Amino acid sequence: MGVLEIKDLKLQLNNKTIINRLNIDFWEGHVHAVVGPNGAGKSSLAATIVGLSGYGSFEGDILFNGESIKKLPLDQRAKRGITLGWQEPARFEGLTVHDFLMAASKEKAEVNIRNALVMVGLTPDNYLNRAVDKTLSGGERKKVELASILVMEPKVALLDEPDSGIDIESINRIFDAVHILKDRGTTVILITHSLAVLNEAEHAFLMCNGELVDKGPVDKIRKYFEDRCMSCLHKNVPDTLSPGGQL
Amino acid sequence: MSGEIDVINSLFEQIDTDPHQLDDPETAHLIINANHVVGMQAVPGLKVDAKELADGVDIKLRLEPGTVVKKPVHLCFGMIPKTGVQRIIMDVDIGAGAKITLQAHCVFPTAIDVEHIMDARIKIGDGAEYSYFERHVHSPDGGIRVIPKASVTVGRDAYFKTEFELIKGRVGLIDIDYDTVCLAGGVVDMTARISGRGDDIIKIRESGHLKGERARGVLTSKIAVRDRARAEIYSKLIADAAYARGHVDCKEIVQDEGQANAVPIVEVRHPKAHITHEAAIGSVDNRQLETLMSRGLSEDDAVEIIINGLLSR
Repeated sequence: MGVLEIKDLKLQLNNKTIINRLNIDFWEGHVHAVVGPNGAGKSSLAATIVGLSGYGSFEGDILFNGESIKKLPLDQRAKRGITLGWQEPARFEGLTVHDFLMAASKEKAEVNIRNALVMVGLTPDNYLNRAVDKTLSGGERKKVELASILVMEPKVALLDEPDSGIDIESINRIFDAVHILKDRGTTVILITHSLAVLNEAEHAFLMCNGELVDKGPVDKIRKYFEDRCMSCLHKNVPDTLSPGGQL
Repeated sequence: MSGEIDVINSLFEQIDTDPHQLDDPETAHLIINANHVVGMQAVPGLKVDAKELADGVDIKLRLEPGTVVKKPVHLCFGMIPKTGVQRIIMDVDIGAGAKITLQAHCVFPTAIDVEHIMDARIKIGDGAEYSYFERHVHSPDGGIRVIPKASVTVGRDAYFKTEFELIKGRVGLIDIDYDTVCLAGGVVDMTARISGRGDDIIKIRESGHLKGERARGVLTSKIAVRDRARAEIYSKLIADAAYARGHVDCKEIVQDEGQANAVPIVEVRHPKAHITHEAAIGSVDNRQLETLMSRGLSEDDAVEIIINGLLSR
């Protein structure tokens, strides 16, 4: 039994099927990847799991430690330990990195906040008093957001395109943070279409057109993804194409 | 004497500031409770006259040309009584090349029916710098009407900065009316950060007239209205000289049954002048809200953090 179980999930938005009868078990303490081309339904799956607005109405169920979280709002799911790192993190005018991290922090300890910044490759003294706004680059905001997840100490962290906007030199810092989360017992779910990110996982799920196409060890999924998905010319338009035959 | 010290201590306690810093002979200050001057100290080059009126104080502040006041001057306008009117008339003359920073603490912690009226005329000489940071502490019931009015002339290459901030208590009514004229190379930078609740009313009318070449102006207002609070912001920048530059920035967060309107007016009368404006009014950004809620904060706590961030310095 997984720590997080997706049970026959069907999500429709604007009368289009975005996720179709999806069944996935995410194992506790593992680093998983959900991989697939753009439009496969990966980010929608993440949004549905954490409970973002607009993703609350779906068929099937989501179990966390065996209990349904389907009816729980976003903040209650987070209080149970499920969180999300956005592909494009929000900007907060005037809110300092310190206050942002302190708001997210489980222990509310200054030392944890400073340590988290170091873990993602940011010097605390240079960042704590800066605002989480447009004065930070996209990559810096991405790192600050990852630091906020580290201080939250979640049980399940979904990271949507964690390498997006990150420069080559910093990418290993992001991967280090992923493994720190794993070492702490967090189940990490990497939402990605990047082979570099996929390689950091232990187990992967391949999605296309809202359906699960394959699952297994990373080597197997990477080969499938490289051989068939990356060369695939079809555009993912959920509800109009058969996923299996198109890959 | 002990009564005056008690009043000063009481006022400074409200702003979490140590009153003993006033013992420093290099720290000029003027402490007013209602219409009584309870403490005053000047420093070389700075002359302060304060005349008690029936309902307030008439202040004349002169800074000699070239004088640089190193430490911030503390002005404390307080009202310990729960009711009454405090009218402050200020006539400020900053000599050419002089520099001064004023920290104005406006403290009305027990107000039930208080009116604080400020009528200021400020003249900043050529090349001078004048910064005025106004922090308000109001009662939790908002039983106060704050009506500051200022007419400011910013000389050539001079600098005028003002920040208005409510740091504690309810707004009640805040009705700001600042009018500035900026000569060549001068800078005007006005900011207001106010959060209203209940039936609070926030009115801001501010204008900057960039009359001289290279004059620059920034008018910034960051306002939050919750419950049934209302805000009306009129920000006006006029540029009628070459290379004058200005920006009007108004952000208002509206929650519950609050109402806000912002009217940025920009007027350019010279082909080489340039003014921009930006206004954003609405509820809390959903992405910000969901980011914080996904870290386990309740919606109310998340809104509070977002608003506090917006209103922070």
